[in-house]
Amino acid sequence: MTGTSTDPGVTTSTLNMSADSDIQIIPDGSGRKDDGGAAGPVDRLYNFLAAVPTWILWVLVFIWTLPTFSLFVNSFRSRDAQRNAGWWTVFDDEVPPSIANYEEVLGAEASGGLTAGLVNSFAIAIPATIIPIAIAAFAAYAFAWIDFKGRQVLFIATVSLLAIPNQVSLIPLLQTYSNGAHWTIPGLDKTMTIVPDLGLAGTTTAVWITHTAFAMPFAIFLLHNYISQLPKDLFESARIDGADHFTIFWRLVFPLSVPVLAAFAIFQFLWTWNDYLIALTMIGANGDNWPATIKIASQAGEFGLKEHILSAGAFVQAFVPLVVFFLLQRFFVRGLLAGSVKG
Amino acid sequence: MAEVVLERVNKIYPNGYHAIHDLDLDIKDGEFLVLVGPSGCGKSTALRMVAGLEEISGGEMRIGPTLVNDVHPKDRDIAMVFQNYALYPHMTVADNIGFALKLAKIPKAEIEERVGKAAAILDLTEQLPKKPGQLSGGQRQRVAMGRAIVRQPKAFLMDEPLSNLDAKLRVQMRAEIAALQRDLGVTTIYVTHDQVEAMTMGDRVCVLKRGFLQQVDTPQNLYDSPDNVFVAGFIGSPSMNLMRLTLGGTADNMSVEIEGQTLKIDPQVAQAKPALAGFLGREVVVGIRPEDMEDAEIATDAPGDRKLRTHCTLIEALGSELIVHFPLAVESFSIMDAEFEGEDAVEQAKDEQGRTIYVGRFSPRSRARIGSELEVVVDTARFHFFDPESGNAIRG
Repeated sequence: MTGTSTDPGVTTSTLNMSADSDIQIIPDGSGRKDDGGAAGPVDRLYNFLAAVPTWILWVLVFIWTLPTFSLFVNSFRSRDAQRNAGWWTVFDDEVPPSIANYEEVLGAEASGGLTAGLVNSFAIAIPATIIPIAIAAFAAYAFAWIDFKGRQVLFIATVSLLAIPNQVSLIPLLQTYSNGAHWTIPGLDKTMTIVPDLGLAGTTTAVWITHTAFAMPFAIFLLHNYISQLPKDLFESARIDGADHFTIFWRLVFPLSVPVLAAFAIFQFLWTWNDYLIALTMIGANGDNWPATIKIASQAGEFGLKEHILSAGAFVQAFVPLVVFFLLQRFFVRGLLAGSVKG
Repeated sequence: MAEVVLERVNKIYPNGYHAIHDLDLDIKDGEFLVLVGPSGCGKSTALRMVAGLEEISGGEMRIGPTLVNDVHPKDRDIAMVFQNYALYPHMTVADNIGFALKLAKIPKAEIEERVGKAAAILDLTEQLPKKPGQLSGGQRQRVAMGRAIVRQPKAFLMDEPLSNLDAKLRVQMRAEIAALQRDLGVTTIYVTHDQVEAMTMGDRVCVLKRGFLQQVDTPQNLYDSPDNVFVAGFIGSPSMNLMRLTLGGTADNMSVEIEGQTLKIDPQVAQAKPALAGFLGREVVVGIRPEDMEDAEIATDAPGDRKLRTHCTLIEALGSELIVHFPLAVESFSIMDAEFEGEDAVEQAKDEQGRTIYVGRFSPRSRARIGSELEVVVDTARFHFFDPESGNAIRG
């Protein structure tokens, strides 16, 4: 990791320091599996991948990009052209390529208008990214560094929630959003309200609350892995310097965890931005609140009459994640490695 | 600045491991006390208890007049230097040094002034805007020191602060830290496993073994009159030769026999250690410092009953002295327990015939050669005697 990162930033120096301490503690070199040309599986995989010639990678890049590229070309072609011949005949089209599809997708005359959908998508994806990170970072710090009763059990319980498929809980959640949750005490003929009827069904709020909840186990797991790897001495030193848990979190843990926070933010943003199922379940027929994904699907029209504008819609939809990815990709690579491989 | 007092302090971990047993320490105001011992002896645990990073299971601890058993680390007014320095990697050197002051809500101008002063003392002024990652090991160590001194605390606690440095830098920093502590006059507790550090830096040295206090004294007293065989063997390099021998002769004329050669014990020793008479005819542990032996060709005036014939198996020439190894068919006494001390337990070296290798420190003028015959003069007036059962020194 030290070799690939371009700036000697925060993570690199932390990990270097902890690596120093390893050398001290284990002077004979045993136990440092990730060092040198040793025979660890990670090393062997790394050495194998490093030996792959660059031109093979370019072939892979070409193959992987081809479908996207064809979609991109088609998004400028007319309905007839798309239906009659493949994208590579784009120069023989009777109607020359134009941005007409894009105008239709974004324009007001199209059913609903994708612009409103994009706004709804942001209204879902932004809170659904920031809120889980905020909660999970606190939780991960507590699980890693605050000694409280039942910490281990609670952590395992949290992480094991990863095994529950989202789809199982969609309908019960929707019921709770639209009617609240009530419990009739057996034999007493009395009904208690556990969750009041908040009337959330059909709103974007229902969608981001759901995303937040579903993201939590993975977020806590990922951040915990990273935060628990920070050197213990740092925390002890800060405690002696007079810092309480809150100060330690904001002054040390938060700035030192930026790479993993950014990596998770990208994951979560892409996932919520591209989500269709949860949004459709929670919003249903309320077209005003549809995010871009549902808007695009609905624009194809009855019987797929306007299916030719789907490719343009897909590119509008994909534009935001592309920008996010290229802005933050530096963190993306680092964050994936962080916590898993030391040094 | 304050004194630090530990009274019958105990540490028992939740898993039942008893790390510190009834530790009594009275560290005076401004004193430099070194805690030393093999790994697992509880020295770091003791230090961390003073810092408040480990709970105190029993006993009382005072810093100044205050009982601090249940006081949070930040309220103990102490500063700690960690083995890995524990610098905050995302902050500049200046922010690292000033972090505690900032948390204490001290005005910015004063922080700047105090950080500047500390940096000047430690020769760090030019490094202040840099991040720790850009510094060398020695500079990082200085930053860690700077973080401690800028707070003007009641006590410095240092946990093996030099063990990450290379040998040359370690010697230099050793002297610097000792001088700094003298200038500032702050009570200091310093943990190390390096007995050279312990001897050179401490006003007093406290030797621990498996959580039990062995001896606290000035370095010279520790060296000259160890209370027990563990301290005798642990302090000094090369370490003291420890032999299991039967005390022979009479009360006025004691002797020990080594490979059939009789060594007469200086009568002064018997007078200074009256309790020794009680061990006549019994086994004792005899301790001989390497420097109390000399090549017979150099110490020509030594009487015949102070000499041992053997041969030389190894010579380490250090320029100023020769460390000479020679075998004797005498069982040695090990102060380390392989089961407990782990890597620190060094098996006493033996030759092919199963004889134990002992070590003498000879004058560089000695012409001893590897494999050659050797006659060793032993200064029996400087023998140390220990009870093989209890390990305690036999004195009077």
